[in-house]
Amino acid sequence: MLKIKDLHAMIDGKEILRGISLDVKPGEIHAIMGPNGSGKSTLAAVLTGNEAFEVSEGMVEFNGKDLLEMSPEDRAREGLFLSFQYPVEIPGVSMTNFMRTALNEQRKHRGQEVLSASDFLKLMRDKKNLVEIDSDLTNRSVNEGFSGGEKKKNEIFQMAMLDPTLSILDETDSGLDIDALRVVANGVNKLRRSDNATIVITHYQRLLDYIVPDYVHVLYKGRIVKSAGKELAQELEEKGYDWIKKEFED
Amino acid sequence: MIALFDENRHLIEQGASPVVNAAREVATEAFARLGIPSSKVEAYKYTNLQAWFKATYRFTPTESGFSGNIDEVFTCDVDALESYTVFAVNGRYYEGSSYTRLPEGVVIGSFAELSVKHPELMHKFYGKLAPADADGVVALNTLLACDGIFVYVPKNMVVEKPIQVVNILTGDTDRMVNQRNFIVIEENAQARVLFCDHTLSNSRFLVNSVTEGFVDASGNLDFYNIQNQHNGVVQVGGYYFNQETKSVLSANYFTLNTGVTRNNIFARLGGVHAENHISGLYLTDKNMHVDNFSFIDHAMPDCESNELFKGVMDDGSTGAFTGRIMVRPDAQRTNAYQSNNNLLLTDNARMNTRPQLEIYADDVKCSHGATVGQLDEKALFYLRARGIGKEEATILLMYAFAYEVIEKIQLPGLKEQIRLLVEKRFRGELDKCDSCIVCGQLNDKILNASV
Ligand SMILES: Nc1ncnc2c1ncn2[C@@H]1O[C@H](COP(=O)(O)OP(=O)(O)O)[C@@H](O)[C@H]1O
Ligand SMILES: [Mg+2]
Repeated sequence: MLKIKDLHAMIDGKEILRGISLDVKPGEIHAIMGPNGSGKSTLAAVLTGNEAFEVSEGMVEFNGKDLLEMSPEDRAREGLFLSFQYPVEIPGVSMTNFMRTALNEQRKHRGQEVLSASDFLKLMRDKKNLVEIDSDLTNRSVNEGFSGGEKKKNEIFQMAMLDPTLSILDETDSGLDIDALRVVANGVNKLRRSDNATIVITHYQRLLDYIVPDYVHVLYKGRIVKSAGKELAQELEEKGYDWIKKEFED
Repeated sequence: MIALFDENRHLIEQGASPVVNAAREVATEAFARLGIPSSKVEAYKYTNLQAWFKATYRFTPTESGFSGNIDEVFTCDVDALESYTVFAVNGRYYEGSSYTRLPEGVVIGSFAELSVKHPELMHKFYGKLAPADADGVVALNTLLACDGIFVYVPKNMVVEKPIQVVNILTGDTDRMVNQRNFIVIEENAQARVLFCDHTLSNSRFLVNSVTEGFVDASGNLDFYNIQNQHNGVVQVGGYYFNQETKSVLSANYFTLNTGVTRNNIFARLGGVHAENHISGLYLTDKNMHVDNFSFIDHAMPDCESNELFKGVMDDGSTGAFTGRIMVRPDAQRTNAYQSNNNLLLTDNARMNTRPQLEIYADDVKCSHGATVGQLDEKALFYLRARGIGKEEATILLMYAFAYEVIEKIQLPGLKEQIRLLVEKRFRGELDKCDSCIVCGQLNDKILNASV
């Protein structure tokens, strides 16, 4: 589904990603862990087409297509989704209008018909229940005045609405209390199918108790320095990141 | 210009109210002294009117230059908003205007005719607010004043339906239009008045319009100006309001399309506990120029004013905002708020914004803020990352920026209509024939029917 080969990316002339390769297949859950500043969010930004970063080397294939050639909106329409580490507040754009526009643009791209108002509202209701999000949140402007936890829930709500094939969750667990964490994890698990995949970015093992990964990768200084099964997360939890830092200091 | 007046003097004066004629004396003297303001005049620093007044326009004070039938050329879809509608064509009240019966005592119609019929109102109010001796544009307007729209709402009368004045510019010659309007809301009366400005032919127009508005004690005037004119229009719109005790005035200015617009918006809070809300939204592109000059005069204690102007500016368009707030020594416990925010879509668009606060009372709450910024790149990316195309995402953000002003509209039907128009405007789909309220669509015939 996603094939990343030797991906390098920079910002302001500084190389942040220094040769990343990763292969994600349908049905899989990959966890990417690593200390702060190692490049996890940068990887997510580059994959979703944030133009602030410049790709200097490498290639990314998404469902057989060259991902790096596509505009951010086309990547989303092709089924890529990012749950932002820092969701953006957009006063004046209502959640409903935002979701209706996004969903319909995606449907048009896939040659599907635009949803009727009643079908759309029904979908909103169903997905709201799935992620246990407060009804009045969806009546407000996008993320405006939402608490940290509400913003994260709102990301998962959008994911549920858009039904992507590959979701990247960037620190979706940070700032969540245990109940909210359970709700978010539950939502993600319910959306899981054999034909979609998830990349979970986190630096705590906590979330991985609920969303159990098939693979765990450690990203450090712009490289994947270790990959293993879910037991690696356990090990990082017990030993911290210092041993990684020591081992891969350059 | 004075020669022009002399030539047309008998035409202009015949049948006009003696009060209106008498005011021409002062105006002649003042105009000779002031002339059309250049950008050297501080208040007109960002809009050099002289450049525009130099061009040649036809001026026919006593005829509109239009001989068609409004009802024929307007094919109206009145679903959106039921209103009392009158037309002014090239500054003259259009006789064929029709509306359902007005509430008892309410008068709406031709300024020329009604200013003669209501000498008591003229004596009391005419020329009391618009400074014919201090502003060259007002002096000229007063000198040439002939016709326009007259709205009078007597004491305790609540006019439920909005009063819509459709100002039409048309005809196949370039034309100077001089329009004088007059609004009186008596004690405890309420009305909503809309001025919708449209051009229906491709000629160039130079419009000098002055509106004086009086809101008596506990009166309530909800005023809207919606300007959707083509790029060959230069319009100076002077709106001079006075508010008495416990009155409420909301005045909302939407400049959707124009060539050059200069709004002079003056409001004097002349009674205690008066409330003033002024807002504006200007959407500029190409080489449009919009300059909103406002002056809120807190002359009495315990009043509140709230001002919000927002602009979305594209291409090489230019704009200016001046927000003068005067708090006079007696005006204790004044609350005065002002902000002007601008969204510049290109590096070529230019905006000058200047708050000017003069505060002579000590117990005052005053705040002002001005911003000039670009589209929020983070928000744009967030929307695109959900599959919304760049263009659509940009429009959503532009709309989100404008929305705060649109939300101030108190008439639900109008709010919806303005929402649609603004969205259309952002999509570049706003037609010159998109009328604001009465007409979803104007008939092409107007272009042919015009003289
Ligand atoms: N917009 C930016 N401008 C400059 N440097 C950036 C920017 N975004 C991230 N970086 C740098 O890139 C590195 C990786 O950051 P990030 O990808 O956010 O790390 P992580 O998500 O793993 O904590 C850090 O050194 C950070 O300072
Ligand atoms: Mg991060």
